[in-house]
Amino acid sequence: MKAPRIPMEELMGSGHLACQGCGATQAMRFALKALGPKTALTIPACCWAVIDGTFPHSAVDLPIYHTAFETAAITAAGIKAGLEMRGDNETTVMAWAGDGGTFDIGLQALSGVAERNDDIIYVCYDNEAYMNTGIQRSSSTPVGAWTTTTPVDNYKREPKKNMIDIMAAHSIPYIATCSVAWPEDVIAKFRKAKEIKGTRYIHIFAPCPTGWKLAPELSIQMARRAVTSHVFPILEITENGQKIEVWKDFEPTSVRDYLKPQGRFRHLTDEEIEGLEKDVEQRWQRLLAKEKMMASIPGME
Amino acid sequence: MKKVIMGNHAVSYGVRASEVKVISAYPITPQTHIVELLSEMCAHGEIDAKFIKVESEHSAMAACVGASAAGSRAFTATSSQGLLLMHEMLHWAVGARLPIVLANVNRAVGPPWSIWTDQNDSLSQRDVGWLQIYCESNQEVQDTVPQAFKIAEELQMPVMLVMDAFFLSHTFEIVDIIEKEQVREFLPPYTPDIKIDTADQHSFGNLAGPDHYMELRYMIQEAMERGLEVIKRVDREFEEIFGRGYGVVEPYRCDDAETILVNSGTVASTTRAVIDELRDEGVKVGSLKIRVFRPFPTEEVFELLSKAKKVAVIDRNISFGAHGIFYQEIKSALYGRTDIPIIGYIAGLGGRDITPKVIREIADKAIGDENPERYINWIGVKI
Repeated sequence: MKAPRIPMEELMGSGHLACQGCGATQAMRFALKALGPKTALTIPACCWAVIDGTFPHSAVDLPIYHTAFETAAITAAGIKAGLEMRGDNETTVMAWAGDGGTFDIGLQALSGVAERNDDIIYVCYDNEAYMNTGIQRSSSTPVGAWTTTTPVDNYKREPKKNMIDIMAAHSIPYIATCSVAWPEDVIAKFRKAKEIKGTRYIHIFAPCPTGWKLAPELSIQMARRAVTSHVFPILEITENGQKIEVWKDFEPTSVRDYLKPQGRFRHLTDEEIEGLEKDVEQRWQRLLAKEKMMASIPGME
Repeated sequence: MKKVIMGNHAVSYGVRASEVKVISAYPITPQTHIVELLSEMCAHGEIDAKFIKVESEHSAMAACVGASAAGSRAFTATSSQGLLLMHEMLHWAVGARLPIVLANVNRAVGPPWSIWTDQNDSLSQRDVGWLQIYCESNQEVQDTVPQAFKIAEELQMPVMLVMDAFFLSHTFEIVDIIEKEQVREFLPPYTPDIKIDTADQHSFGNLAGPDHYMELRYMIQEAMERGLEVIKRVDREFEEIFGRGYGVVEPYRCDDAETILVNSGTVASTTRAVIDELRDEGVKVGSLKIRVFRPFPTEEVFELLSKAKKVAVIDRNISFGAHGIFYQEIKSALYGRTDIPIIGYIAGLGGRDITPKVIREIADKAIGDENPERYINWIGVKI
């Protein structure tokens, strides 16, 4: 990862309402440093609907349009159309939603926007559950995790939905994942996305110490370990879904070291952790095989 | 220029003349012709608008919300299940004070599936805060679109234009087509002071505590209360330019009427014909069409009905467990101010035709029944 120059200018103030160690808040700060002041945001129901502050305050020095839970993508597309029709072709319009608003309730509208290739940046800040309503399982919650609706004696048995493959299937021009543990990568990807026209999907891994039962000071460390343990791969998909580049330039760490500090996985037995390790490794290998396979297609070398 | 066009296309011509900037819609029978023609008008450059062809009605309204909040005039059309799917975003448009215009073709709600007309779709949206205008003719449909935008933009409130499925949507009538050059004088471009704009940042709709929420609701009601005067003034301004006005209610031969039949939509035309028949027979009856349902024209209704001896309300809708919905509104408008009996009739649900015979039956019952006890009377039910 090349380190970009990071602007000093802050478009997000410190007077927000997030919990300590909130990954979603850092994600916003980095994203806005990349996008700059010609940006308009729409935010559905999610932690950020609260983090921004209560009326008449806002922690962000940009226009923010709060919208209904399942409508982030299409509200953004509507805003973009409305701005363009009054002559503003410059403003970047960004939908900023959590995993519930993306994987679950907002998936239909997001699919519509992506299929039409509407000219917006859609961001999913992924903290792997409905954190704003008090830690309920979403289809982004990983297998094995406790949430208030997946109690320890019936923890989540289903694997996390593969949102990246779903977005890639829409043949949109840009898809990227990133993690708040690498701000320079987050910024580089948002800068890249800003220059592309059409639907751009950026998926930011954003730990939630409150929901993960994690010490806030370990938030960034967990964000880093999620990547180095192959739990959350960092990648870019370009060429309208045809080219995958997976970031591998790091020292791998164990899945166990990622799970252990998090209270949401505390109930897992050694055997169960081994099973999860196997799952993670298989998914990682599948991803690498796919990267290679896609690159081997004539014209894609 | 005059053309023979269907009711649905009258909406499209009204939208063209209103220089709408963003259209977003999803197909549903019997509305679909509206957006089909708008698609063609956009494709041929007759309308300079972006048309977002969404994957659901919910998204159609969300797209209009975004576009309108960004400062562009926005329009959508729907019907029945589509309107119901929009419900959450209908509330959103009101709370956000966005002057979106929606054309709803009244279609019965399933199950069982029905594509034919009744008013339960739009009337079940009664309390969301949209202004509702019920149209009777294709000319009125077309003319109501620019009127609706002008009303909406002045009040910063969304307006729903409502019309009967098939009896209006698919019926061909002569319409004097209005053009944007003429309409521009009546309806200037939409330029709101506050909008999504990176040069003038605002945060819209963020969490408001109990200290603020109620005042915002008060202001919505205040806009509604101003609404009738605005609707009347806009209608007069339209009439001055185009020679056609529609009012908020339409009385017909009410002056010395002993019995008045209250109605809405296309039923009004049929009712007037029956009134003429009865008048020829020497029966003192009149018709009162309710054109504007929200805000409800309480004073106008009181003034016209309080002179009668009996009021019969024809409802092509039902509030289960209560009465017809127009009936409730009429009763509420007259409450405590007059003792005249108000009798409710449910007819024409799911597109069953309300023929002159049906209206005659209602009139005969209303006139003949000296002491009506039932405030909900079903007409033509085969049970």
